[in-house]
Amino acid sequence: MKKQHTVLAEFKYEPGQVQNGYTDRSLYVNLSDGVIKSKPVTDSMKEIFIGGRGFGLWYLWHAVSPETKWNDPENEIILSSGPIGGITQYPGCGKTLVVSLSPTTGLVIDSNVGGYFGPLLKFAGWDGLEIQGKADKDVILFIDGNSGSVTIEEAPAEDVDAHLVSEQLTDMYADSPEGKRDISVVSAGKGAEHGLIGCLNVSFYDVRRKAPRIKQAGRGGIGTVFRDKNIKAIVVKFTGVRGDTNHPADLERIKRAGIRLHREIRENDALQCHMRTVGTAHLVEIMNDYDLLPVHNYKFGSHPDTKKIASPIWTKKFTQGMPDGCWYGCTLACSHAIDGFKLRTGPYKGQKVIVDGPEYETVAGVGSNCGIFDPNDVAELNFYCDTYGIDTISWGTCVAFVMECFEAGVISSETTGGIDVKFGNADASLRFLHQLACGEGFGVIVGQGVRRMKKLFVETFGADPEFLFDIGMECKGLEYSQYMTKESLAQQGGFGLTNKGPQHDEAWLIFMDMVNKQIPTFEDKAEALHYFPLFRTWFGLNGLCKLPWNDIEPPDNATTDEPAKVPEHVQNYVDLFSGVTGREVTKEDLISMSEGVYNFQRVFNLRLGQGHRSDDDIPYRSAGPVTVEEYESRSERYDKQLREKVDVDPEGKSTEEKVRILRRFRMDQYDKLRDAVYKRRGWTNDGIPTLQTLKKLKVDFPEVVEVVKPFL
Amino acid sequence: MRVLKSKPNNCKGVRACMIACSKYLFKEEDPEKSAIRVEGAAEGPFTIHVCNQCGECIAVCPTEALFRDKAGVVRIDRDKCVGCLSCVGFCPFGVMYVHSDYTEPFKCVSCGSCVKACPNGALALEKVDD
Repeated sequence: MKKQHTVLAEFKYEPGQVQNGYTDRSLYVNLSDGVIKSKPVTDSMKEIFIGGRGFGLWYLWHAVSPETKWNDPENEIILSSGPIGGITQYPGCGKTLVVSLSPTTGLVIDSNVGGYFGPLLKFAGWDGLEIQGKADKDVILFIDGNSGSVTIEEAPAEDVDAHLVSEQLTDMYADSPEGKRDISVVSAGKGAEHGLIGCLNVSFYDVRRKAPRIKQAGRGGIGTVFRDKNIKAIVVKFTGVRGDTNHPADLERIKRAGIRLHREIRENDALQCHMRTVGTAHLVEIMNDYDLLPVHNYKFGSHPDTKKIASPIWTKKFTQGMPDGCWYGCTLACSHAIDGFKLRTGPYKGQKVIVDGPEYETVAGVGSNCGIFDPNDVAELNFYCDTYGIDTISWGTCVAFVMECFEAGVISSETTGGIDVKFGNADASLRFLHQLACGEGFGVIVGQGVRRMKKLFVETFGADPEFLFDIGMECKGLEYSQYMTKESLAQQGGFGLTNKGPQHDEAWLIFMDMVNKQIPTFEDKAEALHYFPLFRTWFGLNGLCKLPWNDIEPPDNATTDEPAKVPEHVQNYVDLFSGVTGREVTKEDLISMSEGVYNFQRVFNLRLGQGHRSDDDIPYRSAGPVTVEEYESRSERYDKQLREKVDVDPEGKSTEEKVRILRRFRMDQYDKLRDAVYKRRGWTNDGIPTLQTLKKLKVDFPEVVEVVKPFL
Repeated sequence: MRVLKSKPNNCKGVRACMIACSKYLFKEEDPEKSAIRVEGAAEGPFTIHVCNQCGECIAVCPTEALFRDKAGVVRIDRDKCVGCLSCVGFCPFGVMYVHSDYTEPFKCVSCGSCVKACPNGALALEKVDD
């Protein structure tokens, strides 16, 4: 395969050294004209944008114009770690942040992903990688951090699908079997060539399984941008990862924090979150018990068959006792896999493969949300979504939407190519997925995303636009991730009042709201919607995973002042940041660091024509019962709410009328929340950051002020 | 395999073992660089902390840097170690040690230097079934 490569462009550089978490340079590659160059990372960039997603946003702002579309050559894909990224001592410090313009939203999307790419990229010499332009034919971008060379290579022979190309390129570029863990491959898949909901896969070599594993930068369709640029893969190589490769200012401080957390995980994981045995899938039955698991396109929050896809099932299927971290030193080790899984459909039918996952979102998305409760179907869908480069969350929500449309008679089997797409039909979901990968059939339509499907169904089949708006679970064009938010006003805001759409990176408040009951009042929710998106942003600036922050807690956490913040862990992060960079910071500084970037991103949306109050409108299915069926499935609860909160007597009223009354109340609640949150964030009532806010956060650059001024 | 066994009742807190150990491992006389630690003050009683080669650390190492050698002793391959300290956190007895001079941890390798150094017969290397 390598013999068929043609080197189109080459760039040599001094490998260099990381200092206090930074290399002080980023790599720019243009696939249209073959330009490869080094760009300086300035002190000002480090101070205001920190790294990771911050750098991605800064570079993308300068790369695009307000009119740029996702498939214009000017659109970029930017990958970076962050100053803390690449340390080995503390769990969850190997994430890569990816930024681009999203095909489904038209806005900036940032996505985070495990695997070794970000840290190895940094150690190879680069704080970030910017890719602009488009190649004529499929290329591989190879960054050799050992010899100091970057090449764009035309690569016709390798596969496109992730599980194959990851293995082919790991084998191809490693110098020896021991050297395979020095390689990380970024890929998408065939599905990303035909759908807008493409994801990126990022690999790490599993030394015990002797095979590459893949993690996903799922949300927003960056895989689609990747394939649109004719990138088959990006490969980075770096040998010699050590505990001090980041050359931190105070290694001892980092080592102490790491040992503290390793011990905490060892003592408490089995009592708290079972990450080491079953990963995020431990949430399935908890969400079901609290009526938060999405079932049948978010109609319901639980199902009697959930036990068939709950965590005991996955514990058995995952190979136990493996150190399943997605970067060195993560003892939360949630990255489990099913080994030797035999596929029953598709181009790899009959083969035994490694299934990376499933994670909670995948179980809920392609499983319960679609009424699918066979774990083998969930695993098969997980595998094919990954290798085809399709986001499992968006796929689940898209298929669930199609299923409800079918059952409601909006579309017929004529539309779907003769397939009865009722809830529970796993064969249909698989069939559409394979169609998407081939680029033929109704599956291609499913892969366009909920927003475009709504438009298509209205225009082509005369569907009721209001009904579709109510049940089509997307906001800003991004599909909802897998939480039934009807009963959590905080999470409705957590999904609606985001920069990039309803994903759980920015705000995952549902647990603290509905399970731990930590934000009961309106003010508590508004404050949480100010603090948590900002605190969560911080992880994306530094190359970190959020799970070690709040999925595991010190045993005395409940006795602290603000248990939802997990203060001891926040202190750990202060230690890590100061320990790596040498910049002494406080807990409050972590928020200020993020606030500038978060507001910059909001203004970026505005620059692209969105970013207003109306862009934060949500489909009613996310806030309350749309249909009579939904209301009556919980009539006691809703009747009680009518009585107690709305001051209306449900007696004698039809369900339709009660649905209407409750709806008015719920949407009014969301509006009030929106008012309170905008105010708390320092934005106008239209959701625009004020000049005062931008100035305070030091992001009042002239080009930023220019965008905001007309709306103030 | 050869495992270090202790008789704490014989220990008088001399701590010659710790000096002998750091000398063997690092060619320095520094109790902070010893893989055997004697806990206790004055007349005692004394507790002796040292690796019993249980091997629980082997499964948590992400790079397979921890392995059993031909004698059954758990060793660290410094070429493979990435200094993540998962083994330090997960050691059930807290006998995987760190020091600020090194990014990699260190542990007892059943060399027997401490046995020779102890004047009170508190230590012995015993053969146990693997």
